[in-house]
Amino acid sequence: MTDLTKLTLAEARDGLRRKDFRAVELTEAHNAAVAGAKALNAYVHPTPESALAMAEAADARLSEGEAPDLCGLPIGVKDLFAVEGVPTQAASRILEGFLPPYDSTVTAKLRAAGAVFLGKLNMDEFAMGSSNETSVYGPAISPWRRKGETKPLTPGGSSGGSSAAVSADLALAALGTDTGGSIRQPAALTGIVGLKPTYGRVSRWGVVAFASSLDQAGPMTKTVRDAAIFLKAFAGFDPKDSTSAEISVPDYEAALGGSIRGKRIGIPKEYRVDGLSGEVQSLWDHGALKLREAGAELVEVSLPHTKYALAAYYIVAPAEASSNLARYDGVRYGRRAKLAQGDGIADLYEKTRAEGFGREVRRRVMIGAYALSAGFYDAYYLRAQKVRALIKRDFDEAFKQVDAILTPTTPSPAFGLGEKTNDPVAMYLEDVFTVPVNLAGLPAVSLPAGLAQQGTPLGLQLIGRPFDESGLLALAEVLERDSEFSAKPARWW
Amino acid sequence: MSAALREPEPKYISGAEGEWEVVIGMEVHAQVASEAKLFSGASTSFGAEPNANVSLVDAAMPGMLPVVNAFCVEQAVRTGLGIAARINLRSGFDRKNYFYPDLPQGYQISQFKTPVVGEGEVLVELEPGVARKVGVERIHLEQDAGKSIHDLDPESSFVDLNRSGVALMEIVSKPDMRSAEEAGAYLRKLRTILRYLGTSDGDMEKGNLRADVNVSVRRPGGPLGTRCEIKNVNSIRFVMQAVETEARRQIAILEDGGEIDQETRLFDPRKLETRAMRSKEEAQDYRYFPDPDLPPLVLTEAFVEGIRAGLPELPDAKTARLVAQYGVTDYDASVLAAERASADFFEEAAQGRDGKSVANWIINELFGRLNKEGLDLAASPISTAQIGGVVDLVAKGDISGKIAKDLFEILWTEGGDPAALVEARGMRQVTDEGAIEAAVDAVIAANPEKVEQAKAKPSLAGWFVGQAMKAMGGKANPQALNELVKRKLGVE
Repeated sequence: MTDLTKLTLAEARDGLRRKDFRAVELTEAHNAAVAGAKALNAYVHPTPESALAMAEAADARLSEGEAPDLCGLPIGVKDLFAVEGVPTQAASRILEGFLPPYDSTVTAKLRAAGAVFLGKLNMDEFAMGSSNETSVYGPAISPWRRKGETKPLTPGGSSGGSSAAVSADLALAALGTDTGGSIRQPAALTGIVGLKPTYGRVSRWGVVAFASSLDQAGPMTKTVRDAAIFLKAFAGFDPKDSTSAEISVPDYEAALGGSIRGKRIGIPKEYRVDGLSGEVQSLWDHGALKLREAGAELVEVSLPHTKYALAAYYIVAPAEASSNLARYDGVRYGRRAKLAQGDGIADLYEKTRAEGFGREVRRRVMIGAYALSAGFYDAYYLRAQKVRALIKRDFDEAFKQVDAILTPTTPSPAFGLGEKTNDPVAMYLEDVFTVPVNLAGLPAVSLPAGLAQQGTPLGLQLIGRPFDESGLLALAEVLERDSEFSAKPARWW
Repeated sequence: MSAALREPEPKYISGAEGEWEVVIGMEVHAQVASEAKLFSGASTSFGAEPNANVSLVDAAMPGMLPVVNAFCVEQAVRTGLGIAARINLRSGFDRKNYFYPDLPQGYQISQFKTPVVGEGEVLVELEPGVARKVGVERIHLEQDAGKSIHDLDPESSFVDLNRSGVALMEIVSKPDMRSAEEAGAYLRKLRTILRYLGTSDGDMEKGNLRADVNVSVRRPGGPLGTRCEIKNVNSIRFVMQAVETEARRQIAILEDGGEIDQETRLFDPRKLETRAMRSKEEAQDYRYFPDPDLPPLVLTEAFVEGIRAGLPELPDAKTARLVAQYGVTDYDASVLAAERASADFFEEAAQGRDGKSVANWIINELFGRLNKEGLDLAASPISTAQIGGVVDLVAKGDISGKIAKDLFEILWTEGGDPAALVEARGMRQVTDEGAIEAAVDAVIAANPEKVEQAKAKPSLAGWFVGQAMKAMGGKANPQALNELVKRKLGVE
């Protein structure tokens, strides 16, 4: 039998329906792959036994017929999602021992659809990071290596466990979340597809919050078709999330394969930033050309406030985080610091949070608290919100002329672990192309576009109109087909 | 309420060195009468086991999100309309960030920048014809905190989250009050309005209505002084005492040449003093910002108008109507209108009867007795039909006022139909002139010397009335008896 872990989500779905194999076999293959890939540190809490139980239940459902698409398909779940009875720590020490008595809406939908949960995936602590190095579990490691090197590379972040798992065939698909690029950047660096849906498309209920106005869960998959299948299973309005949109979810898969003739694709001139490598530039040009060959029209567009996006993001996101993370206080759940005789409530807070949060989280909580403090609010938070409105307006203007915008996902390919850890600003620049999309609440997909000279993948990003994930996926599939990217990392682990 | 209202005369406090005026503003926290909390579906029932009414949202579990309870929003709008306030069709929720164990989220969701209700007004009647208009700055919705309990264990503190997330309306007045009496009357009036509207039960004993009182003093006509905020005062009497106590404290400091520190204070009703809680320097930076989990609260005109259309008659309007419709005094009308239930009781009893008499019976006899027994009107053993029956019997002359009081006593303790009781127990007064005359004649015949005295001193006629009434077992029609005695004695 072929290695079942090499299948795409769509192939596995179809294979289960043809009874080529059973969900239990599919799950066993994945459990084995997970067990054999400890070196990647992608799974921080594998759940092979409950995965098998879920697979058995899925097989029963499949044999009755009429099972949902996801039934019996093994997936990985980023540690940011609450999964009932499974440790959920957001890769932070402060949530040590926390077992949620509830499922996030997303995982509940997937559970109801019969998906098989292989375990919790590594990530940057509270999704703050672009390299997975801020995780309390240590970094996930990319299955990719530079040509002729053994130096460990980042799988990107914050959804680094998800990208490592999907690219190393440790899951058919994985859940990620994206606040400033945390789905798209890791997808780009590991040669997979990652989609950040429109803000409001996917429920945030039960997902540990980083920055509420930016966070959005999305699919990380091997193909565009898989992203379409996977997203449909967990998208949609949730009355428990006041920011989720009451808009019906289309059949994304059905939208694939159509013609893109006459579609107008914007190329934003402001994205030709300093530090953009020549190979990224040429892949971008190449992608644009492919879309034109497929019948699309290329239009240069201007997003004039792009250069302020990172600065605005690094006010808004930490400001919200400083408040969202206040609940981790050692009082009700998670880790509580040992107190000395005579310590009071302030000591409980200070000690718990000092030892519970890592450096990057502490940095952002402090930046955020500062940006919101009396006397600085107007200069920082309010101004950042104004910039955000301008960035959104830039996109609104651009979308009067074009149907989608094509950009690189990252300015450069995967870097080595430790290479940027002491330079937060260099790390933040990883998100220069992805952050504006979150600020504007738009959907965007990253897909593999080719290999860099160092032998690791690079990605292109397509940005769409609000709630036009269908159109975006259709375009992405054309690019995917024409780029004929099929590289896989050579197994070394 | 009658149309011509005067502002109260200035009421100054005499210090050692002249007169002072106290300036008062109030922030009243009224718990919204809702079965579910403001942002979670958890119950708000009072007196539940600690931490029984706590949802995942209230405990701020990771990933939990607030969803605004539309019913609570409706109550806030209703309250706003009840004080003729502007309703903001677009308002928002903000986070007030601070750490405390009974605040699980690490922030309180409140309305800082734009409240759902804007400026309104409460007319506070102080005595007939005298009222203070107290401006209301805003009403906003916010979450209550839980409760920290520090005295159950020497080592640990405990937290009860039952209240955590319960909806409060914060009603912020302008600094328009000028005496402790006005402060007390304002709070009483506000509570009456809330109860009329049904938007809060205003139960201060359960902590469902609490006031933060801002107090400052100044020389009459002078600039405003520095204010202190007295937190969490939980009865009308304490509000009045706190104002008085705090004003005197401030006056003493100022007359000593000192300055008032702007600070938050607590009122101790046992020691009758206020104590500093924290100063302005210690004031926290709450880092307010719009709650990104909650989109702006947008209301439609139709929603607001629908609530307006369903508003009940409010206390001021009801008072005015009771005066106009039933001819009761301003005072009686405002006593009856203080609670919707008592006004309803009155109106039911007054149907087809003289309103003034019914009001007298209800206010003097029934309320007096309920008060003495510590009972609510709802627990009254006497019904509107019974009160009405008593008034009817008096009006028809079947019983005298004095007998009526005896009848009231029987109704209170034994119950029954007033008319039937009067018949069965022979309480009907005698109006038959012949019977009364016989009794009067007998008294006159037996007391010739008194008759002589009475002719010289007509006020002694009352003695004959009393004797004859006694002889008739109290059942003589007093008016007929009076007239007969006077005629027989030849006095006027």
